[in-house]
Amino acid sequence: MAAGDIAWVLISSALVLFMTPGLALFYGGMGRARNVLNMLLMSFFTISIVTVVWVLVGYTMAFGGDGGGFIGSFGDLGLAGLTGEDLLFAMFQMTFAIITPALISGAVAGRMKFTAWVMFATLWSLLVYPLVAHWAWEGWLADLGAIDFAGGLVVHINAGVAALALVLVLGPRKGFGTEAFRPHSLPLTLIGTGILWFGWFGFNAGSAFAANGTAINAMVTTQIGAALGALGWSIAEWRKVGAPTTLGAASGAVAGLVAITPAAGFVGPAAAMAFGLLAGLVCYLAVSLKFRFGFDDSLDVVGVHLVGGVLGSLLLGILAQATIGGVDGALFGEVVTLWYQFVGVVSVLVFSFVMSWLIAKLVDVTVGLRVTDQQETQGLDLSVHEERAYVFTDAQ
Amino acid sequence: MKLVIAYIKPFKLEEVKNALKDAGVSGVSVSDINGFGRQSGHTEVYRGAEYEVDFVPKTRVEVLVDDTLTTTVVDAIQSAAHTGEIGDGKIAVLAIEEAVRIRTGERGRDAV
Repeated sequence: MAAGDIAWVLISSALVLFMTPGLALFYGGMGRARNVLNMLLMSFFTISIVTVVWVLVGYTMAFGGDGGGFIGSFGDLGLAGLTGEDLLFAMFQMTFAIITPALISGAVAGRMKFTAWVMFATLWSLLVYPLVAHWAWEGWLADLGAIDFAGGLVVHINAGVAALALVLVLGPRKGFGTEAFRPHSLPLTLIGTGILWFGWFGFNAGSAFAANGTAINAMVTTQIGAALGALGWSIAEWRKVGAPTTLGAASGAVAGLVAITPAAGFVGPAAAMAFGLLAGLVCYLAVSLKFRFGFDDSLDVVGVHLVGGVLGSLLLGILAQATIGGVDGALFGEVVTLWYQFVGVVSVLVFSFVMSWLIAKLVDVTVGLRVTDQQETQGLDLSVHEERAYVFTDAQ
Repeated sequence: MKLVIAYIKPFKLEEVKNALKDAGVSGVSVSDINGFGRQSGHTEVYRGAEYEVDFVPKTRVEVLVDDTLTTTVVDAIQSAAHTGEIGDGKIAVLAIEEAVRIRTGERGRDAV
C-alpha cells in the first residue's frame, strides 16, 4: 500500500469513528429532554462494547479469510498477528461495526433498560453484524454478484430491520400515538447531522481503501446524495405541511447519505442526484408508516435506514455503470445485477430480522428489556443514570 | 402594598419594562413560563407528524408596589402589553401583608 493510501484510510477511520458521537447528538436532540443522556450514552457506550467484540472475535468472523462463504475463519482472534495494511483494514472496519448497532438505538428511545441495551448491542455485534459483513463483502453474496460499496446492506438495511425487530419485542413508549413526542433540541440534531455528513466522507470515500479515482468519485456522489436528500425531503414537506423544517432538512440529508452508501463507488454524479432526491421523498413518506402500523420506531431508524438502504441497494441494481465501478445495472443491459441486489436485500432483511428478534427475546427473558413505568415517566437520565443533562442552577 | 403579577406575551416585555420604569417602579422580577388560556395552544410538525401543543410560552412579570402606585402600574402594564389579539394575557393584584428589605431591615412601605 502506498503511503498516500495508508494516510487516507487512517484519516477515514477517524472520520467514521467521529460519526458515532455525531449520531448520538442527532438522536439526543430528537428525543425528550428527560432522556437525552440515555440517548447519547447508548451510542457512546457502543464504541467501547463493539471495540472489544470486534478485536476479540468480530473481525475474524467477518474478514478473517473464508470459511465456506458463510463465516470467517476465526484465524485472527484478538487481531493477533495482523500488521500493516491488514491491521489498518481491521481498524477501518471496526468503526463501521461500531456505528451500525448505535444506529439501532434511535428506535428504542426512552424506555429500554441500559443493561438490556448493553447485552443486545454485544450479542448483535457478535452474532449478526460480522456475518452480514462477511456475506456482502467476502462471502456468498459477494460471490453471487451482489454489490455494496460502503454498507447499504451491511450497515443500513441490517440496522434498520434490527430496529424493527427490537421495537416489536420491546413495545411502544407510554403514550405513543396519543401524546406529543417533540424533539427537545433541534440545534443538537443539526450539529449531529453535520458531524454525520462530514464523517460520511470517510465512510464512503474511505471504502475505496485507497486514495484514488474511486475514492474521489465516492466523495462527490456522497456530497450530492446528502444535498439532494435534504432538498427532496424539504420539497415534499414544504408542499404537504406548508413550511420547511430544520428536522426535515436534517433527516433528508441523512436519508440521501444512506441511499448513496451502497452506490458511492458504482454510480456517477448525475445518478447520485436521483439517489438523493428519491431518498428524500421516499423516506419522508416512509416515516409515517409507524403510525399506520403502530410500531414505535421512535426516531425513525426504519423509515430512514431500512427504507433508504433498500432504495439505494435496489436503485444501484438499475443505475450501476461499469465505466465507473466495473458493474453495469439494468439500465445498461445487465438486468441480472438488479436480481443480485434483490437477493442481497431479502437475505439481509430476513437474517437480520430473525436474529435480532431472537436476541431481543433472549434479553427480554433474562434481564428484561424495559424499565419500570415509573422510570419511564420520570425519564431515564435521572432514573437510570442518576444524572441530569441540563443544570442551570447551583441550587442543591 | 400590592403584588402585581402580569402574564404577558414575551415580545412585549421590553415595552412593559419601560412603561414600569416611567411609572416610577423601582424593581421588577421576570420569569419565562408556559401556560394556556383562551388562546389555547398551537400546532407543531415534526417529520410530518402534527402535534397539538397546549402550553404557549409567556412571560410572568412581578412588581411589588405601594398602594398609591397600584392603579398607575396596572394601567401601564395593560397599555404596554396590549396588542388587541387573543393571548395578550392577564394582570392579577394581590394584597401583601408585609415586605422587608433584606439589606437594611426596613419594613412596610419603606421596603418597597
